[in-house]
Amino acid sequence: MNGAQDLGGMMGFGRIDREADEPWFHADWERRALGLTLAMGATGQWTIDMSRAARESLHPADYLSSSYYEIWTKGLEKLVLRQGLVTEDELAAGHALGAPKPVARVLKAETVPAALAKGSPCERPAPTPARFAVGDRVMTKIMHPAGHTRLPRYARGKRGFVERVHGAHVFPDSSAAGQGENPQWLYTVRFSGPELWGEEADPNLVVSIDAWESYLEPA
Amino acid sequence: MDDHHHHDHDDHDHSELSDIELRVRALESILTEKGYVDPAAIDVLVETYETKIGPRNGAKVVAKAWADPAFREWLLADATAAISSLGFTGRQGEHMVALENTPDEHHMVVCTLCSCYPWPVLGLPPVWYKSAPYRSRAVIDPRGVLAEFGVELPKPTRIRVWDSTAEVRYLVVPMRPEGTEGWSEDALADLVTRDSMIGVGLALRPDQVVRA
Repeated sequence: MNGAQDLGGMMGFGRIDREADEPWFHADWERRALGLTLAMGATGQWTIDMSRAARESLHPADYLSSSYYEIWTKGLEKLVLRQGLVTEDELAAGHALGAPKPVARVLKAETVPAALAKGSPCERPAPTPARFAVGDRVMTKIMHPAGHTRLPRYARGKRGFVERVHGAHVFPDSSAAGQGENPQWLYTVRFSGPELWGEEADPNLVVSIDAWESYLEPA
Repeated sequence: MDDHHHHDHDDHDHSELSDIELRVRALESILTEKGYVDPAAIDVLVETYETKIGPRNGAKVVAKAWADPAFREWLLADATAAISSLGFTGRQGEHMVALENTPDEHHMVVCTLCSCYPWPVLGLPPVWYKSAPYRSRAVIDPRGVLAEFGVELPKPTRIRVWDSTAEVRYLVVPMRPEGTEGWSEDALADLVTRDSMIGVGLALRPDQVVRA
């Protein structure tokens, strides 16, 4: 969706605010927000793509005025409500009011190291031969789906070259909608600065995105 | 100050908490009471990212690539396997690609759509990396971004920005500073900053580090 998360090329945010010797967390609630988000992810009730879609569905004004852990927390609230794991009344009360819904698994302290070390690889057996090869000229589609996509606005309808072929990966547009993994070939596609930003752009700039096959047409 | 006291709130130690603190506390209480999460697991998750995983991991990878030509070749050909051989694997680093800076080409990594970042080698991302200014500007004005980080590259150097729009995670291998011939991997690793592995900094020169 054309939400506030799609920031590439926007203007007016000002300087990058850096902090010397930045701590890993700025408050204890950030620690808990990270831990809750990862632990709830482990219950298997949603995919990483559904998590991103939930965060992106915040009102743009809310998204842009929230810190990142606030965005995660608000996204997590949406997910637990949508999956029927928690009710609005429970969120308002701050404690459980009804029986839990069964979940696939609950992450235990002793299994955390193994779970983190394993991660969640998203490469899958390729369902089809790759349509494109390194060096092929491609054009990204012009599209504005209401649902989740990983094709940023600044890179839609642009001509570029395939630079890398990564194998077939879970297709986020499908996975976020609960329509299954539907793996597709994933490519790194590079664009010149002027192709993306016009003739005033730095000619020595090259920007790439990672694009699933259905985002691309031959050019 | 808060002049709207919630007299109907019987939990007085909450009165100083902000809205987001209350929301996170409520979520944790509900999710724990319903048995979806184990608070001890959350403790371990937090402790892991606060004390065990960070940019020293990535610095070891870069230092080894500088010191060991066979490892460098492996890293550039199959970063996931090469990095895994040093024990750095898993969440948000399942599919790794290493990008080597040269005098002709400078790599820089961003996630314009969220906050994708190679956790096993760099740890959790800094706030600025997840912020709107960096995410919006890195793809359209990378030279301006680099200038803010104090990095001025020669005009002919191509700037190569990688927008992490999928689950592939990118690690920049900065250029090895001059005057480090024969250094051990441990000594070299001290020159490798987090920012240099994102591509918004350069590796430190020998005179910029205090050796014990």
